[in-house]
Amino acid sequence: MSAIDQLFTELRSKNRKALMPFVTAGDPDLDFTSAVIQKMVGSGASLVEVGIPYSDPIADGPVIQASYTRALENNVKLAEILNMLGTVAPQVSAPLVTMVSYAIIYRHGLEKYADELVQRGVSGMIVPDLPVEESSRLSEECRARDLSLVQLVTPTTPPDRALRITETSSGFLYYVSVAGITGERTELPADLVERVAWLREQTPLPVCIGFGISQPEHVRLLFPVADGLIVGSAIVRRVAKAVDSGREKTLDEVGKYVASLVAALK
Amino acid sequence: MSTPSDQSSAQVPDAAGRFGDFGGRYVPETLVHALDLLAQEYETARGDANFQAELDELLKNYVGRPSPLTFARRLTEHCSGAEIWLKREDLNHTGAHKINNTLGQALLTMRMGKKRVIAETGAGQHGVATATACAHFGLECIVYMGEEDIRRQAPNVFSMKLLGAEVRPVTSGSRTLRDAINEAMRDWMGSVESTHYILGSVVGPHPFPQIVRDFQSVIGRETVEQCRTQFKGLPELVVACVGGGSNAAGMFYPFIEHQDVALVGVEAGGRGNEPGQHASPLTYGRPGVLHGSFSYVMQDEDGQTCDVHSMSAGLDYPGVGPEHSYWKSTGRVSYTSCTDDEAMHAFDTLARLEGILPALESSHALAQAMQLAGKRSTDERIVVCLSGRGDKDASEIARLKGESFG
Repeated sequence: MSAIDQLFTELRSKNRKALMPFVTAGDPDLDFTSAVIQKMVGSGASLVEVGIPYSDPIADGPVIQASYTRALENNVKLAEILNMLGTVAPQVSAPLVTMVSYAIIYRHGLEKYADELVQRGVSGMIVPDLPVEESSRLSEECRARDLSLVQLVTPTTPPDRALRITETSSGFLYYVSVAGITGERTELPADLVERVAWLREQTPLPVCIGFGISQPEHVRLLFPVADGLIVGSAIVRRVAKAVDSGREKTLDEVGKYVASLVAALK
Repeated sequence: MSTPSDQSSAQVPDAAGRFGDFGGRYVPETLVHALDLLAQEYETARGDANFQAELDELLKNYVGRPSPLTFARRLTEHCSGAEIWLKREDLNHTGAHKINNTLGQALLTMRMGKKRVIAETGAGQHGVATATACAHFGLECIVYMGEEDIRRQAPNVFSMKLLGAEVRPVTSGSRTLRDAINEAMRDWMGSVESTHYILGSVVGPHPFPQIVRDFQSVIGRETVEQCRTQFKGLPELVVACVGGGSNAAGMFYPFIEHQDVALVGVEAGGRGNEPGQHASPLTYGRPGVLHGSFSYVMQDEDGQTCDVHSMSAGLDYPGVGPEHSYWKSTGRVSYTSCTDDEAMHAFDTLARLEGILPALESSHALAQAMQLAGKRSTDERIVVCLSGRGDKDASEIARLKGESFG
């Protein structure tokens, strides 16, 4: 049982839901990323997704793209990111997962990447450009190490395929709210609640919703049908102010924002 | 006389889009269903005689195919060796091979009931060919193009606008072809139900490498026939330039089974072999993932895509089609590179000796062919895929040569 499985078992037993914020590693530097992770967990986050910057992120909107570009311009390296995660993981109660392109995992080596996550206390990975058909090798490496490999289902996924994906996903299932790239949206699709509710009845796997979520109203609308909600661009946009507005002020703002979303979960 | 052999390429890709180890589909889940539908639609179309007849009619009466195979007499004398023959894709409507693919994919777009088309472009030739096909069929057309390429290929940008397309400048990353593909993919993530992405090269996720190769294979099929008619045999050597690799794939594919014909792909050697100075993933890169496909790519040790350089916008790309990686692995095609300077020299030479302005992309193939011709005997024949015309490059060439233009 991975740390993520344990988290959701516990949350479900208490009838509680997870808030899962995302932060880009190395924006503007890894010290700050570490501080943001700790602040978000201290503010009630149940799990943190750490984005590994990638040069060609085709699933990401302008906010996350720009954060990846800033981090890469500052020359952040995978080895340093993994070291940072190894330092921060024991200090926080929430599991950490990496959001990482398969281009990076392949180049690093599948086994090596999985080994290094285990060594550093990271609980799993989300690989947004690795559909189930291509995932069997990485899936084996993850299973062998009790790492979660989180798969995604989207509004364009036909129902029978969605069921197949639930069978291969581990940790939780990432339900992408909209057909499109990451980024804050004021309106979410009208049938989202219905779709997620249907899928959640089909699988014992926890279902978490991401993409487009940024406001407490979104949280209140969606949490009854999901096990958790993922918030990315809204965090990254706030973190991006660290350079101009100062780190303490930015951390404070991120903490308050996360706390406001956590409050809306209840 | 060569004969077809068993080691043909006809079986690739497999159902998963694999060319040996290469290819596949490394894309967000959002796009998978659309790619499945596209693969199905293409399979149906391929077996539909009406579809083939409609495409053939367009290629003949709209594009002007078959494109000629021209003997380059003065260039041959200049190189004093093997005969050099030019497959004249520059004479197609819109001035390059790209139209072969865009008309095919525009027909697929309509079969799928889609009304909106997006495309990426580097040199602008694919953008113009897509805008042209969309104008011809009344489809909405949006072309993503890197800001650097918009500067380098201004005449094509204007043409696309005249043809009714919207050109969207891409300002991320290196502002070239790679970033244009990223941006087109992002558009497609949100528009996939109503929009077809007419990808312009043999790159990207399955089934694009197969579809584009098949639509471009008309180049090689015609060349085989023309060689048999015009010099009663097949050439010893066929040379084509490789960026993503669509003209080369289309030229090589029908020759794969003819084992006696040597095939040479020419990448952009840019300013030299240091990282960042060239765009030669097959020569200097290694296998990895980019733009939905597993193939040779220029990456750093973390898997980040490297910046590359070529004076030719159409070759200025860090990746290459998976079938080329496969052909490299089987040894059926050999890959090499030519520098900016060598290509420029070939451009000048062809212009003055034959009265043909080749595209800077095609000039790379020409440069290699000129070098090879000199080392081969006068009874051998080299066919060069002259993939496009050089008018689009005139202002950039003037800039590179330090001359004023217009």
